[in-house]
Amino acid sequence: MAIRSGDENGMAALYDRYSAVVYSVALRVLGDTGAAADVLQEVFMQLWRNPGLFDSSRGSLGPWLAVIARHRAIDGLRKRRPETDIADVVVSVEPDMAGDAERARAMEKVRGTLGSMPSAQRQALEMAYFEGLSHSEISEKTGEPLGTIKTRIRSGLLALRKAFAT
Amino acid sequence: MSVHEQFAEDLALYALGALQGEERVSLEKHLDGCASCHRELEQLRGDMALMALSTAGPVPPRRARQRLIEAVAREPRRSATPATRGWWTLVPWVAAAALAAGLVALGLQNSDLQRRIAGLQDQSAQQLGELQRAREVVSTLTATDAMRVTLVAAKTPPQPQGKAIYVRDRSSLIFLASNLQPLPPQKAYELWLIPTSGAPIPAGVFKPDAHGSATVINPPLPAGVQAKAFAITVEPESGSSAPTLPIVMFGAGE
Repeated sequence: MAIRSGDENGMAALYDRYSAVVYSVALRVLGDTGAAADVLQEVFMQLWRNPGLFDSSRGSLGPWLAVIARHRAIDGLRKRRPETDIADVVVSVEPDMAGDAERARAMEKVRGTLGSMPSAQRQALEMAYFEGLSHSEISEKTGEPLGTIKTRIRSGLLALRKAFAT
Repeated sequence: MSVHEQFAEDLALYALGALQGEERVSLEKHLDGCASCHRELEQLRGDMALMALSTAGPVPPRRARQRLIEAVAREPRRSATPATRGWWTLVPWVAAAALAAGLVALGLQNSDLQRRIAGLQDQSAQQLGELQRAREVVSTLTATDAMRVTLVAAKTPPQPQGKAIYVRDRSSLIFLASNLQPLPPQKAYELWLIPTSGAPIPAGVFKPDAHGSATVINPPLPAGVQAKAFAITVEPESGSSAPTLPIVMFGAGE
């Protein structure tokens, strides 16, 4: 990977490929373009400072960046210190989200899957994912039992996985 | 799926960063030794990455790219090569840093410990100062470009001289010589510690420089030997285990 050799052009190429994913997830979480741009900058600078954080033998860069961006945006939203050590984050998934067409197809599939979920399940998943709420906070807000919320969140994520397994 | 069912839902919450307290601690403990739950965690993060795709559409402002490129240009990668200085000058700092980090990790930030950290840092700074002074002394003694002058009574021709400074408790010995005679090929001078009882102990093999000067700093010595005198002989370059006569220089302790 070009970035490992300290190549600034390599960094620009990675930005061109993955910045949209990083920015859009941060924007959805934070609801503010400036704050989303800050997360974008922070995530790429972390990669620049320490490219060893991402282990290319154990996953693709695009999904890894998306997960890190979501973590950082939630940390910003909840005004908390980073909770996840990004050196520990290994993401196992295809697609790589590198190409526009590939990303567009995947996006359609994800939106279709979310759209076909029961609304209570989608709501629980989105509250956990985009608002960074814990299952007990979601339970308080929705009045649903804790166990139900836990189950909905997990089965929501598994539904996404299943959509891409076929 | 081989993931442990009792952890399955907690794993999803953990991937999302939503698991707290006891549940988080017990899951992390389990994750340490469970490869299948680890794999499931990676899969769940993959699912999270897919979830991120549902937001696709907005593109970052154009200036964000420029901002990143400028920041990257301003911050060249640090070289992996460490600064060249003696590792031992870092020892007090590393010790202080390790202790401080350990204390922070334990969350024991009470005022008593903070006072101890401050005390340790003061001590480290003091030790660093002492090390610095010691280094300066040693580097002056051993510098090849040092001007070495032996003062003797006026109108006396220069004589070979040696000065041994020995601290028994630390087995520490510094020997400085001047006006030494040049040596035959394949020969060297050897310094001997003559103990109050027993055979002479080798205390360093050395050759004088072009001006006849030489130093021996802290040769390996047995601990706590009481010295009554020091002597110098001429030996093979590799040194000897017992002195070869004649003794060319000799001095007894006061």
